[in-house]
Amino acid sequence: MSKVQRIAILVLILLAIIFPIISQNDYFIHVMTLSFIWMIGVYGLNLLAGYTGYLSLAHAGFFAIGAYSLGLLTVKAEMNFWPALLLSLVITGVIGFFVGLISLRTKEHFFAIYTLCVGYIIYLVIDKWDSLTEGVRGLIGIPAPANIGPLSFETLQSHYYLVLFFLLLVVLIMYRIVHSLSGRTYIAIRNSEDLAQTIGISTMKNKLTVFVISTVIAGLSGALYASFVRFIGPDIGSIAIVFDFLTYLLVGGIGTLSGPIVGTILIVVLSQRLQFLQDYRMLVFGPVLTLLIIFYPRGIVGAVVSWTQKRKASVHQPIIRAKKLPEEQVKEG
Amino acid sequence: MEILIQQLFNGMTIGSVYSLVALGLTLVYGILHIPNFAHGALYMMGGYITLTMMTKYGLHYWLAIFVSILVVGVIGVLMERFVFHPLREAPPIHDKIAAIGILLFLEAFAQFVWGAEFQSMPTPYGQVVQIFGLTFTMQRLLIVISAIVVMILLTLFLKKTFTGSTIIAMSQNREGANLVGINTNRVAMLTFMISGGLAAIAASLSAPINLVFPAMGQLVILKAFVIIILGGMGSVPGAILGGYILGFSESLGATYISNDYKDIIAFVLLVLILSVKPTGLFSKGGH
Amino acid sequence: MIFLETKKLTKKFGGLVAVNNVDFTIEQGKINAIIGPNGAGKSTFFNLISGFHPPSSGQVIFKGHDVTKLPSNKIAQLGVARTFQTTNLFEQSSVLDNIIVGHRLRTKSNLFDAIFRTKRLKTEEALCREKAMEVIEFVELEKVAYKPVAGLSQEEKKRTAFALALATNPEIVFLDEPAAGVNPDETEGLAVLMKKMTLKGITVCLIEHKMQMIMKLADKIMVLNYGEKIAEGKPEDIQNNQAVIKAYLGGGAIA
Repeated sequence: MSKVQRIAILVLILLAIIFPIISQNDYFIHVMTLSFIWMIGVYGLNLLAGYTGYLSLAHAGFFAIGAYSLGLLTVKAEMNFWPALLLSLVITGVIGFFVGLISLRTKEHFFAIYTLCVGYIIYLVIDKWDSLTEGVRGLIGIPAPANIGPLSFETLQSHYYLVLFFLLLVVLIMYRIVHSLSGRTYIAIRNSEDLAQTIGISTMKNKLTVFVISTVIAGLSGALYASFVRFIGPDIGSIAIVFDFLTYLLVGGIGTLSGPIVGTILIVVLSQRLQFLQDYRMLVFGPVLTLLIIFYPRGIVGAVVSWTQKRKASVHQPIIRAKKLPEEQVKEG
Repeated sequence: MEILIQQLFNGMTIGSVYSLVALGLTLVYGILHIPNFAHGALYMMGGYITLTMMTKYGLHYWLAIFVSILVVGVIGVLMERFVFHPLREAPPIHDKIAAIGILLFLEAFAQFVWGAEFQSMPTPYGQVVQIFGLTFTMQRLLIVISAIVVMILLTLFLKKTFTGSTIIAMSQNREGANLVGINTNRVAMLTFMISGGLAAIAASLSAPINLVFPAMGQLVILKAFVIIILGGMGSVPGAILGGYILGFSESLGATYISNDYKDIIAFVLLVLILSVKPTGLFSKGGH
Repeated sequence: MIFLETKKLTKKFGGLVAVNNVDFTIEQGKINAIIGPNGAGKSTFFNLISGFHPPSSGQVIFKGHDVTKLPSNKIAQLGVARTFQTTNLFEQSSVLDNIIVGHRLRTKSNLFDAIFRTKRLKTEEALCREKAMEVIEFVELEKVAYKPVAGLSQEEKKRTAFALALATNPEIVFLDEPAAGVNPDETEGLAVLMKKMTLKGITVCLIEHKMQMIMKLADKIMVLNYGEKIAEGKPEDIQNNQAVIKAYLGGGAIA
């Protein structure tokens, strides 16, 4: 990471921390918190779709599983928030494991269609299984996170910081995964599964690992959503949610580290600006999605990265064979 | 027994609609290897255009359907030209996302123009007929008959005309088709035209017994995907057969298992198929 | 011990027999070539012998172990590497970044190491990087090591693909038409590189259309026609083999 990037990241974190203090506007803080929750979910999708190339359309389902697990555990089983959160992630992960085990045997179109159907099954089950999920009536009265010692999460501000903490944690984990040998392995799989396999990579094992992590992160996002909004309905598992995630991801930049943040913020802010569009916002974002994938398949971040790379390429470094090699150019923004 | 026959007929009606939608999807897949997620939106557009032609411009049902076929066919061609054609060399994830973009746009567009509420389509064939002591609505009979006629015409077109056989040739071997001088661009556009037209017919036929609303294509397209995986991606007879199989299983499932979960049958079926055969039924082996 | 051999290797696609009962041995430390007219089953045979596709029947034996049923990633770990006709590289990434992952199979660090940045991860990353630099030097791509693959010439891409295969520490590399789409001068350069591999003790096995190159380069040649082996031997034997001449003349063009 270059010095400029380091500073930029610090400034951004600082901005996020002081945001509730300067804003003082509950509505904005609420919107920001929601955006952070979406970002977490988008990171989950990004790890899978962006780094291994498997487009999962079941992620709204896993988001919903996380949300409903937490909701049911806290409301119906009256569990404490924190063990319930942990258990929700485990539940999402276990379901993710079995779905991944089967779905990852399929490829490309089949995988997309398969996961689309899995997502729909999850949605239908939540919608129809009244006795457990309360069906269309929705699940009401999900508690805010329980206190940790003196820390309470009853106020909007404290909830904001809690979600921010999880977001930063997810970003850190993503950064480390992507910039490790494991991350290189996933990119190799995305690039060509055949080639990856012939250089000794167990593609199934790696894909399944990514799938599970990716669903757990989607589940975390869902669980945080449930405890923040306090009310969930089957709609959170609908395909529309996965399409929202995809739009955020694509606009920001699929397969880039900062894409989920850039895309989500941009679209959430734009949607706020375009309030009058509301239900019709897809009138704008639908074509944007299509145009982006044609002209800037790696979104805003991808476009910026390739632009700076081109500039750098003109001043290319000679190779130095020494113990300490120059940090390779950070390819992911 | 009467219930069974009634349900079998219902299955036949639903199956006819499914088959028509799946046919369009499978043709496009066969030619361009694109799983067109926006196909459901074409179906929805078809429903709305027929409805508008009838209610706003007072066209007769059949004339309205004809206009709808043309318009949706043209939308299909535009999609091919401006979206899928530029993406033909891109990684496979791209065309799927592009299609989703189109889908989102068209749904928002429909909501913007025609509103979010459910609308019913009038039909000149509302009367009830009695055959062998069973009651059928004319519209349902019409769906079955028209669908079968359309399928026969399509099969004749693909088998007996030169243009039709180029579509078959191209779906079997794209490079080969290019080599023997088939204009692959023209064939691709034509296929999208037909595919859109079929979706428009299916929607216009089924709308009077269902309803017209912006999300009306979502469930249908999902099921159409299940059907073409069931019948073999790109296979024409497979799409027809698969459509009817699903139609029958749904109507029987709704009666004898659970009406609540009838929509899940298709997806469970698909999950089972792909779990056993990850490349779908009837896929061509190795290369 | 025989280094690598196939016993009655057969591959059927539906009713079509693409490779039929082929017995073949690869000589260690030499350049072995598989040739044949178009559609002779070379590519299929190549995919079988490098463990990329499972055969319908027959065996592949590598250093005494039956590897017929092993998945290709396991075979790679035993020291078998291959390249593809289309190089399949990640075009947006630099040459170095493409190659680093090649040594991944010799490392053990997992996600835990990645998330907690353990010492093991750091050592192994350095190891992979060093290996990558070593093979980049070996294939003489130092000048473009930091350039994205997208900007490279076809020949440089081929060299990158070689380097990736070499980064796995193979004992044998299978090269699928290494000189396809490369001009004659560069072909010469690639031939020199293959010689250099054998000097390092790495066995080479390739399929190639460029007959002149093969006749000069290979130590041993096998000729396939209609999925069957019709000749095997030194280049000069092959050149004078009646069956081979007939196959090529009958099959149309000969390079």
